[in-house]
Amino acid sequence: MSPVNAVLRRELRSFFVTPMAYVFLVIFLVLAGILTFYTGDFYERGQADLQPFFVVHPWLYLILVPAVTMRMWAEEAKGGTLELLLSLPLTLWQAMLGKFLAAWLFIGLALALTFPIWLTVNYLGSPDNGVVFAGYLGSWLMAGSFVAIGACLSALTRSQVVAFVLTATVCVLLILAGQPQVLDFFSGALPRRLINALAYLSMLRHFEAIARGVLDLRDLAYFVLSIVGWLIAGVLLLELKRVR
Amino acid sequence: MIETERLTRRYGQLTAVDALSIRAEPGQVLGLLGPNGAGKSTAMRMIAGFLAPTSGTARVCGYDVQRAPLAARRALGYLPEGAPSYGEMTVREFLVFIARMRKLTAEVGHRRFDEVVGWLQLEDVLEAGIDTLSKGLRRRVGLAQAILHDPPVLMLDEPTDGLDPNQKHTVRQLIDAMARERTILISTHLLEEVHALCNRVVIVARGKLLADATPAELEARSRYHGAVSFSAPGSGVSQEMLGRLPQVASIEVDPLDGRITVFPRPGARILEPVEQLLREQGLEVSEIQLERGRLDEVFRQITTAQDAMGASA
Repeated sequence: MSPVNAVLRRELRSFFVTPMAYVFLVIFLVLAGILTFYTGDFYERGQADLQPFFVVHPWLYLILVPAVTMRMWAEEAKGGTLELLLSLPLTLWQAMLGKFLAAWLFIGLALALTFPIWLTVNYLGSPDNGVVFAGYLGSWLMAGSFVAIGACLSALTRSQVVAFVLTATVCVLLILAGQPQVLDFFSGALPRRLINALAYLSMLRHFEAIARGVLDLRDLAYFVLSIVGWLIAGVLLLELKRVR
Repeated sequence: MIETERLTRRYGQLTAVDALSIRAEPGQVLGLLGPNGAGKSTAMRMIAGFLAPTSGTARVCGYDVQRAPLAARRALGYLPEGAPSYGEMTVREFLVFIARMRKLTAEVGHRRFDEVVGWLQLEDVLEAGIDTLSKGLRRRVGLAQAILHDPPVLMLDEPTDGLDPNQKHTVRQLIDAMARERTILISTHLLEEVHALCNRVVIVARGKLLADATPAELEARSRYHGAVSFSAPGSGVSQEMLGRLPQVASIEVDPLDGRITVFPRPGARILEPVEQLLREQGLEVSEIQLERGRLDEVFRQITTAQDAMGASA
């Protein structure tokens, strides 16, 4: 078994030995349901699609992903197990990848458990299931970006609380970056190009594009690159800690 | 084999390990001895690949820890300070995790698992969470982790720290049993451990190597080396008469229990002359002892001489 796989399995197991994973899953599912039906006007819209469901995902991830990723490196650094892990024959990359995949798969499980809402919408009408699938894919990719951000920032500190706050802060900035209010605020002060760049950084813009069912390569690339970029930053951070 | 060449680690202004060159050969138990904060753990962390050296090199079985980190780590079993392990796992899960990380095949993995568990007497706690174990058991789990892949080189950072005398004894027996064909580097600040385990000692303080010798050589540096001490209760042993012996340099009397220690002149043997004198005088001696030398005294002498130098610099 490869070290990545061994780390992945250990991490996944460690989620489920405490009740935290189950609490997380329940909160995720309950919130996803409530927000979809109450704030998303799921029924009143009278359309057979899952737009109101997907719209709330960035905000759910904003709280729940940092809660999953905060312990990733911070706990190991604090408990001394980092020394054990990093003196085993594996590269920093393998360790990072194993941990990232474990958290990403866990969020994927939470997402998969929302299937009753998909059944519901199919019972009520006949939605375009291709678009629904795209929505799920976009949501999972976005979660992956958030997890990668959390993985990187958890490597920065020994404190899980600090890791949580940092991750949530960066995530909220990336969600808000493309909002019209934010762009308007800067439109007077910044050149047009920078505004466009800022808008391009927005998670929401790319997520919404995919969730509408348009699988544009640029939107997919945005998420893949952001995952890879944050993981590289995390590995560099760990390497820096080793040297400094 | 473990070799370091001018291994150095700086944290900003502080030099934790200062151009340390040591060498441990197969069959050898090398003790890294030093006061707390001497840089023992930092040196070991660099050898284990957890910290990068600021300068200098370290090699494990010939593999440079910077250039061939994975090969070096494969050859090494390492027990970090405090024996950290994943508390939420059971002993079995933890060791299986280590076996997977070490890429042991199912066959070898099972065999080694059974051997190591039997050896460290962990059979009864295999299904217990590591968090729930006593300190001594956790240390044994840490040792099991370090030797699971049967490494040619073993590095143990304060393996008996915080254990009770019985547990210390068990751990020392284990290290002793493993020492034959392996290279073992242990760090400690306990002098008794050096006697019990090591066949060579490296003394470090403030990151610098101050002595590299066998325990016997170190003892020979003690002013107690070759001295004779005895208790003669209820009899006025004449210090004057002892002092008249040509081989005797000085005499000290312990103010608490009246034990008399006679120090030899350099190179002189004084046990026989002292015994003879006592016999001639017809003095009752309850017990007489030839001192090998006191490691604690040598240790203090070596490590504090450096302090004084540091203070004057």
